[in-house]
Amino acid sequence: MMVKDLVDKFGLAVTAGESGLDREVSSGYCGDLLSEVMGNAPAGCAWMTVQGHQNIVAVAVLREMAAIIITGGQTPDDETIKKADQEGIPILLWSNSSFTLAGRLFSAGIGKPATESSSKR
Amino acid sequence: MPRLKKRFHIRGGDFIRAGEASINIQNLLKSMDFDPRLVRRIAICGYEGEMNVVMHGGDGSLSLEVDAEKLVLELKDSGPGIEDIDLAMQAGYSTAKDDYREMGFGAGMGLPNMKKNSDQIHIESQKSRGTTVQMIFFLSGGEKAD
Repeated sequence: MMVKDLVDKFGLAVTAGESGLDREVSSGYCGDLLSEVMGNAPAGCAWMTVQGHQNIVAVAVLREMAAIIITGGQTPDDETIKKADQEGIPILLWSNSSFTLAGRLFSAGIGKPATESSSKR
Repeated sequence: MPRLKKRFHIRGGDFIRAGEASINIQNLLKSMDFDPRLVRRIAICGYEGEMNVVMHGGDGSLSLEVDAEKLVLELKDSGPGIEDIDLAMQAGYSTAKDDYREMGFGAGMGLPNMKKNSDQIHIESQKSRGTTVQMIFFLSGGEKAD
């Protein structure tokens, strides 16, 4: 599934990084502690976090994530949007909790073992 | 003889540019066709080190040296130094300020992540004189589990 498919399927708002909407999403990850995410998030994941400051973009680039989804009705800083546009990392918004979105993504097959065979990990 | 030597400046307190040195290094290593798993480990170590310098170290640098056997990542800063290195290496120990914690930093995972993802780590620190963290990644035989 591509990032743009997530946008359509779950009604996410695209707020930055539109050039990366055709990135492939192979799994998901939830976390707000940046070092924990940096250490453990899988490549190709859609990362759900309440953090909206500019450092989330570097974490997403370095972990080669598919997209960042800012949850809980939080919004990214202007600097975050600028950086995400530069790096082509989509930032999507979800007004409810990470839990509710993670459940939907998982039910749609993202991160389930059967879909992981198509990823490059 | 080093095959490659690069050095990036890190400005203390500059959260806007934080991470750029590590992204540059990641792109450089990718373009040189290094094993993606190795590049990932180096990216994690570079980023954690870079954030440490931004948050604690005042001004500093991140440098990369590549030769036929290994890659060496080195962080140098002119900050307050680490008083107790053993304590700093413990997962969960952090001296980060509250506003950094609110940003999702300061979980006490930086140095442990760096240790986990490098083949060797050497830390030298003197109170009020700054800190040098050197991490070595061997190109063969030193592969660590992700």
